[in-house]
Amino acid sequence: MTDARALRKFVRRPMVVAAAGIVGAFLLVALAAPQLAPFDPVAPNLLAMRKPPSAVHRLGTDEVGRDVLSRLIWGARASLLAGVIPVSVAVAVSIPLGLLSGYTGGWLDGVIMRVTDAMLSIPFLIVAIALAAFLGPSLTNAMLAIGIAALPTFLRLARGTVLAIKTEDYVEAARALGCSRPRVAARHILPNMLPPLLVQSSITVAAAIIAEASLSFLGLGQQPPAPSWGSMLNAAQRYLSQAPWMALYPGLAIFCIVMAVNVLGDGLRDALDPRQQ
Amino acid sequence: MPTLAIVSVLIFSLQKLLPGDAATALAGEEGDSAVVAAIRTKYHLDRPVAVQYGIWIGKVLRGDFGESLRSRIPVAELIASKLPVTLELATCSMLVALALGVPAGVLSATRQGRPLDLAANFVALSGLSVPHFWLGIMLILLFAVQLGWLPASGYVAPWDDLGRNLTTILLPSVVLGTGVAGVMMRHARSAMLQTLGADYVRTARAKSVPERLVVLKHALRNALIPVITLGAIEFGRLLSGAVLTEQIFAIPGFGKLLVDGVFNRDYAVVQAVVLVSAICYLLLNLLADILYFLADPRLRS
Repeated sequence: MTDARALRKFVRRPMVVAAAGIVGAFLLVALAAPQLAPFDPVAPNLLAMRKPPSAVHRLGTDEVGRDVLSRLIWGARASLLAGVIPVSVAVAVSIPLGLLSGYTGGWLDGVIMRVTDAMLSIPFLIVAIALAAFLGPSLTNAMLAIGIAALPTFLRLARGTVLAIKTEDYVEAARALGCSRPRVAARHILPNMLPPLLVQSSITVAAAIIAEASLSFLGLGQQPPAPSWGSMLNAAQRYLSQAPWMALYPGLAIFCIVMAVNVLGDGLRDALDPRQQ
Repeated sequence: MPTLAIVSVLIFSLQKLLPGDAATALAGEEGDSAVVAAIRTKYHLDRPVAVQYGIWIGKVLRGDFGESLRSRIPVAELIASKLPVTLELATCSMLVALALGVPAGVLSATRQGRPLDLAANFVALSGLSVPHFWLGIMLILLFAVQLGWLPASGYVAPWDDLGRNLTTILLPSVVLGTGVAGVMMRHARSAMLQTLGADYVRTARAKSVPERLVVLKHALRNALIPVITLGAIEFGRLLSGAVLTEQIFAIPGFGKLLVDGVFNRDYAVVQAVVLVSAICYLLLNLLADILYFLADPRLRS
């Protein structure tokens, strides 16, 4: 399957294109936060506490008078960082380890299988919460915890893909033609490992964004006063009857980005999965 | 069993992640050097790590998880009192998920590509994408704050007052159930699509069995096999989803125990909760295998 065909298949679905647009918009907002945010996201304004949405504060203000829209815009950074960085690191670690484990086998393979088995038997969020608790609360540690919690899935997938690819005819042909094992690994196996890892990444980015929001909601992620959608929801819960707008918008933001990433993941899977051809 | 042994090593090594010296961390801010030394001896922190693990796992195997630093209650007792609450919540959520997910999946498979199918898929994807804790907050806002139909939070044990128990557990179950319902719907749909395309379904249609019977008897019964297995595994995920849901609705369950343990720096509690959740998950996987075996007559013969 050529990349162009996969791309065509990908862009033919309007839902997928819309999702890509939403993800792109969120990325732009996160990058241009200093230019876009109308107010300082952390400076309290005691004259404008818990004001409903108005012309000045489009989405209202929070319990110490900070502009909800500005905090939402800056919060996109924490969310997207925690969505992308842990997953990228997990992919980067799982590619070489998966290659070693799947292609060469041996004792390393045994160790990786046993440890991932053990880690997969503890639910993702509980691993992340326990790790974040022991590492101490901060956004960096939350990302570390999410990355470690996501790693076993990627390792297993990378290893499984390598095992499947290494029995393919073209790999045997390359060996028969005299390619060295590292060359076969780098030129023939590696490029074919990427599509399934890419599909899994998109699913995991969605899970990681929710995990960051959950950890920050519990106070284990982004620390106040720095804005994060999860910690905004935590504060909002205490003023639910007086200031419902504080709870509405951060959740909507999480919902939109996670939904868009999930649709993108479905689109990628349909475009890249050879069984669908 | 080997998996569980490695899980226990991983959980034990968690406490080595604590920044700085473990004894100092356990003693807290006001701990002086005598207290630190006492803690070091009490928790065998002066012994080699392997010996520490041996002592810890030996106690755990006898059901002794130590005692909570805060409340001085044995951790095993805490777990025994909180786990049933979470199991009730998870069971009710699973009922919600099955009641919503399976019919939606069947309907959508029988109308593949039509508006109802697309709408059901969109709703399922929304259920998968919505952060549960936010959905919980929004439902509290609507049903408790605005309409006043249901209590915002709290929990009443079923043996104290069954009616109030159901009203307190309803919203949390809907919140937790929707996410799993999305997964269920997608799996039920793809399993149904597979069985609807099978030869025996074509045969049934060829001998003019009514379409209702074809769908419900021939296709659905076979499609349910993967859905049942998935249900057992998803049940394990519900236990972790319960963490935030219990936090929001102030339900004194397993998840709240974990979060309180984290905030009180009650590490024995955290370790025990993680270990018990792993045991639950492994047992549920075993249950899934057994159910699979029972549901598929080809495996029994």
